[in-house]
Amino acid sequence: MTQDFLLSLAQAITKGLLTGMVYGLMALGLSVIFGVMRVVNFAHGEMMVVGMYLAWAAFDYAGVNPLFSLPVIALLFFAMGYALQRGLIQPFINRPEHQQFLLLLAIATIVVNLCLALLGPDSRSIQLDSQFDSYELGPLVFDAVRVHAAVAAIAIATLLFLFFTRTRIGKAIRAAADNHMGALVVGLDVRRLYAITFGIGAACVGAAGALMITIIPVTPFLAAEYTLLAFVIVIVGGLGSMTGALMGGLLIGVSEAVAGLLGQPSLKSMFSFGLLIVVLLLRPQGLLGRKDSR
Amino acid sequence: MSGARLELAGLGKTFRGLRAVHDVSFAVPAGAIHALIGPNGAGKTTIFNMVAGVYAPTAGSVSLDGRVISGLRPDRVCAAGVGRTFQIVKPFKGLSVLENVTVGALHRRSAPADARKHAETILERLGLHDRRHQLAENLTLPDRKRLEVARALATEPKLLLLDEVMAGLRPTEVDVMVAFLRTLNAETGLTILLIEHVMRAVMALAAQVTVVSYGEKIAEGTPAEIARNQAVLDVYLGHEEPA
Amino acid sequence: MNVRAVAGLSILLALLLAAPLLLGGYWLSVLILVLYFAYVGQAWNIMMGFAGQLSLGHALYAGLGGYVAAGLYTHYGIGPWMGVFAAVGAAVAAGAIVGYLGFRFSLAGVYFALLTIAFGEFTRIGFDNWDWAGGSGGMFLKVERGVSDLANLRGGTVMFYYVILAMAAGAFLLCRYLLESRLGRYWLAIREDAEAAQAVGVPVLWCKMLAVTLSAALTALAGVWNAFYYNNLFPETAFAVGRSIEMTLSPIIGGLGTLFGPFVGAVVLTGLGELFTDLSDQFHVSGLKQIFYGLALLIIVMYRPAGIWPWIATRLGFEEKRK
Repeated sequence: MTQDFLLSLAQAITKGLLTGMVYGLMALGLSVIFGVMRVVNFAHGEMMVVGMYLAWAAFDYAGVNPLFSLPVIALLFFAMGYALQRGLIQPFINRPEHQQFLLLLAIATIVVNLCLALLGPDSRSIQLDSQFDSYELGPLVFDAVRVHAAVAAIAIATLLFLFFTRTRIGKAIRAAADNHMGALVVGLDVRRLYAITFGIGAACVGAAGALMITIIPVTPFLAAEYTLLAFVIVIVGGLGSMTGALMGGLLIGVSEAVAGLLGQPSLKSMFSFGLLIVVLLLRPQGLLGRKDSR
Repeated sequence: MSGARLELAGLGKTFRGLRAVHDVSFAVPAGAIHALIGPNGAGKTTIFNMVAGVYAPTAGSVSLDGRVISGLRPDRVCAAGVGRTFQIVKPFKGLSVLENVTVGALHRRSAPADARKHAETILERLGLHDRRHQLAENLTLPDRKRLEVARALATEPKLLLLDEVMAGLRPTEVDVMVAFLRTLNAETGLTILLIEHVMRAVMALAAQVTVVSYGEKIAEGTPAEIARNQAVLDVYLGHEEPA
Repeated sequence: MNVRAVAGLSILLALLLAAPLLLGGYWLSVLILVLYFAYVGQAWNIMMGFAGQLSLGHALYAGLGGYVAAGLYTHYGIGPWMGVFAAVGAAVAAGAIVGYLGFRFSLAGVYFALLTIAFGEFTRIGFDNWDWAGGSGGMFLKVERGVSDLANLRGGTVMFYYVILAMAAGAFLLCRYLLESRLGRYWLAIREDAEAAQAVGVPVLWCKMLAVTLSAALTALAGVWNAFYYNNLFPETAFAVGRSIEMTLSPIIGGLGTLFGPFVGAVVLTGLGELFTDLSDQFHVSGLKQIFYGLALLIIVMYRPAGIWPWIATRLGFEEKRK
């Protein structure tokens, strides 16, 4: 192996790690929702795409950098997620899985096609001033936008971690996730906690969308792909494990970047789905997930 | 239908290093009714699950009429002649009462019509016949318990395992169930092993009682002997230090 | 079945048999879609509606079936009536692998569904890079106009209509027989409570394997029919997750685990689809049809979560509850 190849490999890996952080944030949203409510958000990628479009619109119409529109988008997504859970999903919490699946599939269909109807099939991207800036570390070059996105993703994940370990509501949500009945017995308002959880999950994916638009252009057709990707990441990392989701994101980010380097785009999905199958069979609780007695 | 002899020899089960059951041995002669009692968490249900094939024992064996059945899958254990109920009842909720029992009856009668007829006679005996077209999820708890017994009986077992079928029943309902089991045992010679907390049922039914505590057998005898056994009293009443 | 049900079914069958004489080309092709979805829905229903195993990767079996039969025909001139055996064999093998791994490692619910998706996606990528199957460029069957050759399944809409009608009727009768059989009862028991089923002597793994392989085999037939009807196959569509999901909708909307559910669901969904196409054509907005469609799904799942057929059935006085 030549020096050049090794360098470009290292370059690809770092690029993958940075993108992977954003993937991780997206997956974190799915993981939190499933971990607490046992509802699989089949509309996750669709929500991601909406987040990307919102950040794009804020930039395109008002020139706001996605890093600054992100908090607003996250808040908006929180409110939307909260309302969605209260209005539509709550009645389905204890229904059979196929009914939950159909409900979220319907929501996903509506959401993604609204995007299509309003904005058309063309891809939209933004050109930040920092587009061509980069940081250098030894022989490695880091795209500035990717670094900013990754740092923001880490910051949000840290906030979330603090929320779940330090605040009363965060602890209550974890209690409700561990033991639904117990939470009811000690008088927690489980419905409200679920709505907050869905709001948080939505805020994560909305924020991830705002970061992702700085890296790649958005089209409505990305939605289904992101939903699958989020599943893969979350299963590989371990459903319900926050660090697992982030690590899964890194793993998938790196594998994509390396597959891109080798000029085999199909290799990247082959790897992800192969990994998904292996993990499902050998370690269904995920690489970092807890053993679950269910 | 006739009973089979059940023998547990040095049965043990460890879960990830945790000893749930240790060296439990007892035998139930063909056609006898035997009770397994003990405080909560004593390992009774674990013993049951090893007999029924849910768990493979880590030590010892279970045999039915001299044939080792431990380590077999639950459906193979059923084929060998063991019928069981679940402590937390597990009806096929979305199916009718009759369908529930028919599934059991199909085990030895492959023709659905034949199986259904057999199921109807069992439902009649258990007093569930007029409710046969109801969905199982709409039954009351006592009826669900009866359904558990009916479904297990439909597989035409030689040994019936009853896991707390009296729990949650009113005293009069307990008496009905006791009478039913006694008649069943007298008519068919079916061997019955029951886990039970309701002592009035144990006293009325069992010829022999085995007591387990912390996964080990601590006493065995007739109900009257057990009622006088100091070790058993200690376990149930708490050991009191002499003053 | 009571007299009214028999009479109703006979009239329905007579109308379906006479449909090519009564309907124009457009309506016949709509009816073909209905029967196709009723058929694949029936096949999927065996696995989910009867045995309770959620598969979101059934495109795998249809795609494999279609590719095998089409490949044998285009490469070796082996006709579809022979090729179908190989097609079914391939799908059964795939179903057996997915099922065995999933059941053996006791994956349930969503986890099992994700496994089925993963296998479908894996196969899609494989076919993308497989030259024998035409790679991502797809595989095409030679179209011969004006030919009506049932032996090679080359012909017009009417021929394909009768073939899919026969398939749908056959699948209906098969499922009706299965539901009354011992195996069918065992499936329902597993769907309700696998542990309790095993305790009354149901060989759970074996029954689940029969469900997945039978369902895969029937789905493969639909794949073969599909390939010869449309004359082309692309990995991108044949193995798409969307294709799999499409197959699940008729039975879920119509009534999971019921015999008429898949048919009723297919009528409703195809009808709505056509209606919304007409509607949205007047506005020239892309995606509008899908928005209507999504809204319809939302309303149905919210207000008739058990499906449309059980609701209609009780209204008409037919008792086909979800067994």
